[in-house]
Amino acid sequence: MSRRRVVVTGMGLVTPLGNNLDESWKGILAGQSGVAPIENFDATAFSTRFGAQVKNFNVEDYMSVKDARKMDTFIQYGMAAAIQAIENSGLECNEENADRIGCAIGSGIGGLPMIEKNHDALNKGGPRKVSPFFVPGSIINMISGNLAIRYGYKGPNIAITTACTTGTHNIGYSARTIAYGDADVMVCGGAECASTPLGVAGFAAARALSTRNDDPVAASRPWDKDRDGFVLGDGAGVLVLEEYEHAKARGATIYAELSGFGMSDDAYHMTLPPSEGTGAAAAMRNAIKDSGLNPDQIDYINAHGTSTPAGDVAESKAVESVLGAASKQVAVSSTKSMIGHLLGAAGAVEAVFSVLAIRDQVAPPTINLDNPDEACTLDYVPHEARQMEVKHSLSNSFGFGGTNGSLIFSKV
Amino acid sequence: MSTIEERVKKIVAEQLGVKEEEIQNSSSFVEDLGADSLDTVELVMALEEEFETEIPDEEAEKITTVQEAVDYVNAHQ
Repeated sequence: MSRRRVVVTGMGLVTPLGNNLDESWKGILAGQSGVAPIENFDATAFSTRFGAQVKNFNVEDYMSVKDARKMDTFIQYGMAAAIQAIENSGLECNEENADRIGCAIGSGIGGLPMIEKNHDALNKGGPRKVSPFFVPGSIINMISGNLAIRYGYKGPNIAITTACTTGTHNIGYSARTIAYGDADVMVCGGAECASTPLGVAGFAAARALSTRNDDPVAASRPWDKDRDGFVLGDGAGVLVLEEYEHAKARGATIYAELSGFGMSDDAYHMTLPPSEGTGAAAAMRNAIKDSGLNPDQIDYINAHGTSTPAGDVAESKAVESVLGAASKQVAVSSTKSMIGHLLGAAGAVEAVFSVLAIRDQVAPPTINLDNPDEACTLDYVPHEARQMEVKHSLSNSFGFGGTNGSLIFSKV
Repeated sequence: MSTIEERVKKIVAEQLGVKEEEIQNSSSFVEDLGADSLDTVELVMALEEEFETEIPDEEAEKITTVQEAVDYVNAHQ
């Protein structure tokens, strides 16, 4: 049986640069930063007092206030991105195709705001003060669940959670689900809202965050000598993946083919990568093998590139080991330099950017890369976006637990 | 100062996402105002908060309409 081809027919975004695809992408290509001081809680006592949060999000554009109250913020962002992606795809659900449409949208952390609020209520007023919507409003699979209810999608419904690789894994899993024949369409991606007191304190305690409080816009600086940790971001990215013939038959716009997916684990440390990036390299190799391409055919890599001292070097070395001599030609950039690290949403948002790089034949920039680390020798597309031929783009995600995933998108 | 009835209707409107003018005293939360079982639990919690009272579960189960809520509050003020 030949493998069914999988294409991208819809995309939606909620990011620190804009609450839809066009605004976000425009900001990325202009090299703008979505990083700013934290405003949704008093961060005075925190070692990091800035982040890349979503601004001016109006949930009523997508649902009633009554429904929104039953969904924690990450679910609202995920629903918004998914609704955009579904509308963008023009997909209609009916009795005949409902069983063949599924959802796979995850989150790395889940509903921290509701957990914090209900824990406070419990401590103050006792168990009777905990909301009946606390559990269904904060658990991770409820974007997939609520989407199915809203649109009538009766196919596979799942939410993979693998820290910062969540978005990538949900998309890769969805592609396999379609290729294998379990569904014809999958709405997939990731969402996150961990910029809460507990979330910021936790990542700060793990020494993962930049503390450049005097200059937040310059804080996310992948591969730069003066990088000092990642910038926590919120948002969501969702793609509509579809079997190629199915998309063609209904006259859908095809943005790119999802041609490869690979996974691996470092088997090394809870939060640190091995210095040579061997696990990252394995994920990229597996994705390239899956795509049937040669490593030197990859034109653009949207790196995990979080701006952490260890991670950026390991990923650079991994790219060198996988691409060999071609690593000198490939364009590699980190859009996290502009929107921060969206954790479970990162892989999904960056997959969207990797598809848009193919659509618009452009590599997004890495901003703030003023003095590259000597150990990082690739072409990181510093400061400005670059018009270039992009036939094949690769997107990397690496998460706590050493879990790695790579996706490859190709021009159709 | 709002009457108890007005305060109950305001909370019902907020919790169930309906307009206050659509709410009758005879309105049933589930049958007329679109509430499900979880909505009614949260509605009772909101009433407890507003009227600074505690409504035991066996009493809460009997409050299914706006009038029943008003009557309960009147009887326990």
